[in-house]
Amino acid sequence: MSSHTLARQAALRDPAWAGRVFWSSAALVLLWPLAVATEFRPWVLFEPANVKVSAQFIKTFFPPAGGTEFLAMVAREAWRTVAIATVGMTLALVLAVPLTLLSTSALSVSALSGRMARGPFWLRQGLRWLLIVLRSVPELVWALVFVRVVGLGPTAGVLAIALTYGGMLGKVYGEILESGEAHPTHALLRNGSGRLQALFYGLLPQNAAELTSYTVYRWECAIRSSVVLGFVGAGGLGQQLDTSMKMFNGGEVATMLLVFMALVALADRVSAGLRKALG
Amino acid sequence: MTWGPQARYRSLPPKGALSAFGRPGGADMQTTPAANSPYRLPPPLFNARCRGCWFVAAVLLLVVASFATLDLQWAQFLSLDAARSMGRFVAEFFPPDLSPAFLTKVGWGTLETLAMSALGTVLAAVAGLALALPASRLHAGQRAWARPPTRLLLNALRSVPELVWAALLLISAGLGPMAGTLALAMHTTGVLGRLFSEAVENASPGPADALRTQGVGPLRVFLYATLPQVLPQLMSYTLYRWENNIRAAAVLGVVGAGGLGQLLSFHMGLFQMGKTATVLAAMLLLVALVDGLSYSSRRWLTR
Repeated sequence: MSSHTLARQAALRDPAWAGRVFWSSAALVLLWPLAVATEFRPWVLFEPANVKVSAQFIKTFFPPAGGTEFLAMVAREAWRTVAIATVGMTLALVLAVPLTLLSTSALSVSALSGRMARGPFWLRQGLRWLLIVLRSVPELVWALVFVRVVGLGPTAGVLAIALTYGGMLGKVYGEILESGEAHPTHALLRNGSGRLQALFYGLLPQNAAELTSYTVYRWECAIRSSVVLGFVGAGGLGQQLDTSMKMFNGGEVATMLLVFMALVALADRVSAGLRKALG
Repeated sequence: MTWGPQARYRSLPPKGALSAFGRPGGADMQTTPAANSPYRLPPPLFNARCRGCWFVAAVLLLVVASFATLDLQWAQFLSLDAARSMGRFVAEFFPPDLSPAFLTKVGWGTLETLAMSALGTVLAAVAGLALALPASRLHAGQRAWARPPTRLLLNALRSVPELVWAALLLISAGLGPMAGTLALAMHTTGVLGRLFSEAVENASPGPADALRTQGVGPLRVFLYATLPQVLPQLMSYTLYRWENNIRAAAVLGVVGAGGLGQLLSFHMGLFQMGKTATVLAAMLLLVALVDGLSYSSRRWLTR
C-alpha cells in the first residue's frame, strides 16, 4: 500500500468515530427496556392479518364521504367544536380573572413596604395552589368526570375546558402582571388609589397586549382540545369521529379529519394574525 | 405609553390648546405652535376605522353565538340533584384503594406511561430529523423541490392530536401501549420535524459552505458542519416535547392505548371508584413531578 492511499484514508477517517459508536450503542442499550415495557413490536404491524385489516380500513378512506346531509352534519359539528371551545374559554375567563386579581402580588398593598403581611401572603399562596391544581388535572380527566355527572354532551366538554384553562390562564395572567414594570402601579398604590384603579391605570395599559395575545393563543389550543374531548363523549367533531372510527367507516373518518385539519389551520392563522396585530 | 414627566405636564392646560369651552385659548396664542398635543374628546365607543372595535365586536358575536347554539344543560348541572350526585360521586373516591397489589399495578402503569413517552419522543426525534432535512433549504442555491410536500406532511402529522392518532392506530397496532407509543411518535414527528427544519435553516451557513466548496457530499456536510451547530437546540426541543409527551401519555390510554389512562378508563368503566382515585392520584403526582422538575431545571439552566 503506497503512502499516498494511506494519507487519503487517514483524511477520510471520522475523528469522532469512537464517541459516536459508544453513544449510539449506549442509546440502544437504554432503549431496549423501554421497548420491552411498551410492548413495542413493530413487526406486529406487518403481520398478514393486521396488514389486511389496515389496508381495508385505509382503502375505505378514498373517496372521502360526501353527500349534502353528511357534510351539513360535519359543518354543524365543526361549529359545535368551536362553540365548545369559545364557551369554555369564556367561563375560564370568568374563573381566571377574579382568581388572578386575588392572587397576583403586583396588587399587594402590604408588599409596598418590604414583605407582604402574613395573612395576604397565605391567601395568595393558597389561591395559587388552587390554580396549579386546576391546571394540572388534564382536561380529558375532567371531561371523564363530568360526563359521569352531567351525562354525554357538550356541557361536560365546556366544564372541562373551563376548569383546566381557568387554571392555566389564572397562573399565566398572574405571571404576566408580575413581570411587567411595577413602578406605575406602586406609585398609584402609594398615593392612595384603590387596587382596581391601580389595575386599570397601572397594570393593564402595559400588559393588555400580552394578556390578549395569550388568551387568543389559548383559545386556539382549546379548539384543538375540544376535538379530543369529543372522544370521551363531550360532543362536537371528536364524538362523530369516534363513532365513525368504531364503525370502520373510513370515508367519513377521512372527511372529518380533513375538516378538522382545516379548522385547526384556520384557528392557527386567525390566532397568529391577531397576535401579530397586537405586537 | 409613556410614564415620564411629559405625562405629568399634561395636567396643565397646554399653550394654544382649546379651552374647556371649545374656543381658542387666546388670540395671541394662535400663532405659536402647540407645545403639547391639544386635548381631544375621548374617542367614540365604536368607530368603523378602529380595528380593536371590530375585534371586540367579533369576539362578542362569537361568544353570544356559541352560548346560543350550544344545548348546555345548566339547569341540570346547577340543580340540587346534580350537586347531590356530584357529592356522591366524589365521596365514592374515598377511601382510595391502597392495597400493595394494586399499588404495584399502578406503579407499573406509571412506568409504562414514562416508557411510552420516552420511546415515542426518541422515535419522533429520529423521524423528525429525517423529515427535517428534505423540509429545509440547506443552502441558498438549492432547489429544494421536496420542501413544500414534506412541510405539508409535517403539518398534517402535527395537526392531528395524539389521541386521534391513537384511536386510528388501534386498528393496526391493537390495544396496548404500542399504539400509544406510535401515536405519540406520529404527532411529535410533525412538531419536531418543523422545529428541527427551522433550526437547520437558521444555522449559520459558513462551515457548511466551506465544506461544500471542498466538494464534500451533502450528507457529510450536514453531519460535520450543520449538525454540531444545531445539536444543542435539537436536544432542548426534544426534551421539551418529552415533557409534553409525559403529560399526553398519561391520558392517552383513555382510548385503550396503554399506560395510566387505560387503567383509569378501565376502573372507571367498572365503577371501581377507590381504584380510580388511586390511578388519578398517581396521574396527578406524575404531572406535578414533571412540572416541578421542568420548572426547577429551567431555573437552574437560566440562572
